Amino acid sequence: MGIHWRRLRQRQLSKRVQAGSRFLPTTGINPVRPGLLPVHDDHAQEWIIEEIGMTRFLFALIVIVLLGVSLAGAVLAQEPTCEDAIGCVTLAPDDPVTIAWMQTVSGPTSFFGDDAVGGIEIAMEQRDYTVLGREIELIGEDSLCNPEGGQTAAQRLVSDPQVVAIIGPSCSSAAVPAIPIASNAGFLMVSPMTTSSALTNPDRDAGGVWMPGFFRTVYNNLLEGAVAAQFAYEELDARTMATIHDGSNYAFDLALATERNFVEFGGEITFSGAVNVGDTDMSAILTNIASNPPDVLFFPIFQPEGDYLVAQAKFIPGLEDVIMLTADALLVEGFPIDSGEAALGVMLTGPAVTGEPYEAFLELWFDKYGEAPPSGFHAHSFDAANMVLDAIEAVAITGEDGTTLVGRQALRDAFANYRDFEGLTGNLSCSPTGDCGAVESMVIFIITEAEVFEGKWPPTILWKPGSEESE
Amino acid sequence: MTQTRTVSRNKLFGIPLPAGHTGVDLIISALRIIIVALIIIGAGNTLLEGRFTFEQWLALLFAGLAQGSIYALIALGYTLVYGILRMINFAHGDVFMAGAFTTVFLANSFRQSGFLDSQPLLAILILMGFAALVSMTVAVLLERIAYRPLRNAPRLVPLITAIGASFFIQYTFRGLFGSGFKAYPTVAFLRGTFSVGSINVPIAQLFVFVSAIVLMICLYWLVERTRIGKAMRSVSEDKEVATLMGVNIDLIIVFTFAIGGALAGAAGVINGLFRPQGVNFFMGFFPGIKAFTAAVLGGIGNIPGAMLGGMFLGVIEAIGPNLVLNGLGIPSANQLKDVIAFTMLVLVLIFRPQGILGERLSAEKA
Repeated sequence: MGIHWRRLRQRQLSKRVQAGSRFLPTTGINPVRPGLLPVHDDHAQEWIIEEIGMTRFLFALIVIVLLGVSLAGAVLAQEPTCEDAIGCVTLAPDDPVTIAWMQTVSGPTSFFGDDAVGGIEIAMEQRDYTVLGREIELIGEDSLCNPEGGQTAAQRLVSDPQVVAIIGPSCSSAAVPAIPIASNAGFLMVSPMTTSSALTNPDRDAGGVWMPGFFRTVYNNLLEGAVAAQFAYEELDARTMATIHDGSNYAFDLALATERNFVEFGGEITFSGAVNVGDTDMSAILTNIASNPPDVLFFPIFQPEGDYLVAQAKFIPGLEDVIMLTADALLVEGFPIDSGEAALGVMLTGPAVTGEPYEAFLELWFDKYGEAPPSGFHAHSFDAANMVLDAIEAVAITGEDGTTLVGRQALRDAFANYRDFEGLTGNLSCSPTGDCGAVESMVIFIITEAEVFEGKWPPTILWKPGSEESE
Repeated sequence: MTQTRTVSRNKLFGIPLPAGHTGVDLIISALRIIIVALIIIGAGNTLLEGRFTFEQWLALLFAGLAQGSIYALIALGYTLVYGILRMINFAHGDVFMAGAFTTVFLANSFRQSGFLDSQPLLAILILMGFAALVSMTVAVLLERIAYRPLRNAPRLVPLITAIGASFFIQYTFRGLFGSGFKAYPTVAFLRGTFSVGSINVPIAQLFVFVSAIVLMICLYWLVERTRIGKAMRSVSEDKEVATLMGVNIDLIIVFTFAIGGALAGAAGVINGLFRPQGVNFFMGFFPGIKAFTAAVLGGIGNIPGAMLGGMFLGVIEAIGPNLVLNGLGIPSANQLKDVIAFTMLVLVLIFRPQGILGERLSAEKA
């Protein structure tokens, strides 16, 4: 016992000596001029001088000087300073660049989210998950397709100051609460598939919810509605129209925009109603429409309700001559395949996402996931991801010590300044209020036998706004 | 003294009620009158307006019957399990999905090989058998893993477990087959129509209706006329006494789940042939809820009741929005078709709390 005790004391003593020497430089004690010491205890002072000795003093002095020089050098020459109005993301030399998506990846709308995430992942893969010479860390948050989901996901993402940009959300209903959260936190949020006109409308009195920092690579419903109405009135010579939405922000807004434009052209709306998400039997609403058949039935709804509607319309007496016009919600490779013969002659408004780059993209998708994309927004997501990465590369400032700063306002400005970005969905130019969707590429497609039986995709383009003759 | 007390007990807003009536009775009577009046006014308006032709009403009726047959087929599984275990198997809609989703791949390969068009009936039977097998496996595993350990737990416990199991099955299948939509191939002979008077009824509607009736009859025969059916009924009456009589309860319960699962799987294929589109991991959710409603409507635990409840719900959903809500001048009537469906549920239940064909709900069954 006794020996133990002694050993312990010895160890404590030697520790004390070490501690004294280690703390010496930082406490500012200068043994050469003992008068400057904060004298509390004469014994302590003596003890320090006795224990440490002269060589150690010199050594310590050199260390202090070296440290001081290097610190001063770092401050003066190497550390970049953030001059951004709303702050920067600071990336230490080894930090990855964190990009976040918030999409609906669970529940009945998860096919949207999977579609978007797939597009984002392919965009990242094409760059080997590298931007600014750093690794990209892609994180995700499930924002569902409702306000609660959007709120929660946005709150979680903005709580991480390393997140440079958010790609999402999937649904306009989730975007409404997410926009102010992301905007107030200084984040950049780019949505690849929310088309509601309110989202990029800054006028609160008119129901707008836009705030700085929100952009979308998909077009505005107002645009699509105008094209749909123009096509119906001028090209199809339709004078009456019925619309069906599904209660979603997207479908309701688009149906409304189309109705307004159609009425402005001089047309008449004979019926405007809605189905529920989850309905399988569409005979009730179709019979209602058939009681006063319109020239055109516009139904901007999604799978599977859109499939059911198209398939069942064939059996409703009175709808034989009605032209079925839908929107990009059904611009999905599975739609003609799933609906079969019933889809023949169905027309769709949507972006002319065609051409070789898109086909190459589809091939990549197929190699990665083994099946066709589950919805029609993968190309917009791909563009959104690329635009975000390009913007980051444009605004990032790297100091000599390897620290990188990404200014949040600079990032927003870079987005707002996008002009003719060549994406899969066309040439994207951003408006000051966040509309980046490629406007010139809105066309009317038609489903023909090639799409139904031979799997041709994207479908045949029937008409382009501005073109006099339909093909 | 006693009389005074009785009178004071049966007052509503200070107004004495007739002897033997309580305030609740009066409110329920008022509710009955209001709902019935609304329905009569709405229907009357629509019919007087003459917006729809007789043929259109008939077409709606047939569409509703076909949709109702799907509800009925799923409802059979709910009612069977409830009848035996007094437990609501909320994962049943997902058992339906399991069969339908898995079989869609087989169905499409049948179409590609030409088998579906050369031997449609045989192909459909094989598809139904395969789907039944898949759903049966899922249902039996569900019982073994999720429900059996909780058989003697309080009633809420298996209910919540069922909801959890429902999510589990959904996301398992999403992991297996993805979140996109698949579709069944259309079978040539189901594509046509046949004429009833002046209207054309799609053969697919007749097919689903007849299939549902046939399966219901088979099930009814199984439960009422066979030895194992007798054992099922005995377990339903009283588990302990059934054990004493030599009935292997575990076996009977597994059998019940297996039969319910097989029916759901077959329903999945019938549904797929009737409404080919929209096959995905979430497809069981809404039909599951509707089928549960149908089972309650018909009298839960009662097999013909589930059938009748399903048909009733399907027809109400098809006809109700146009008949009642349009007549009441409600905009976007079709969006409120669930309102019609559930109002009807309330209406039936306030007239017949035990459901259309329900037996008395004795204390031990309820």
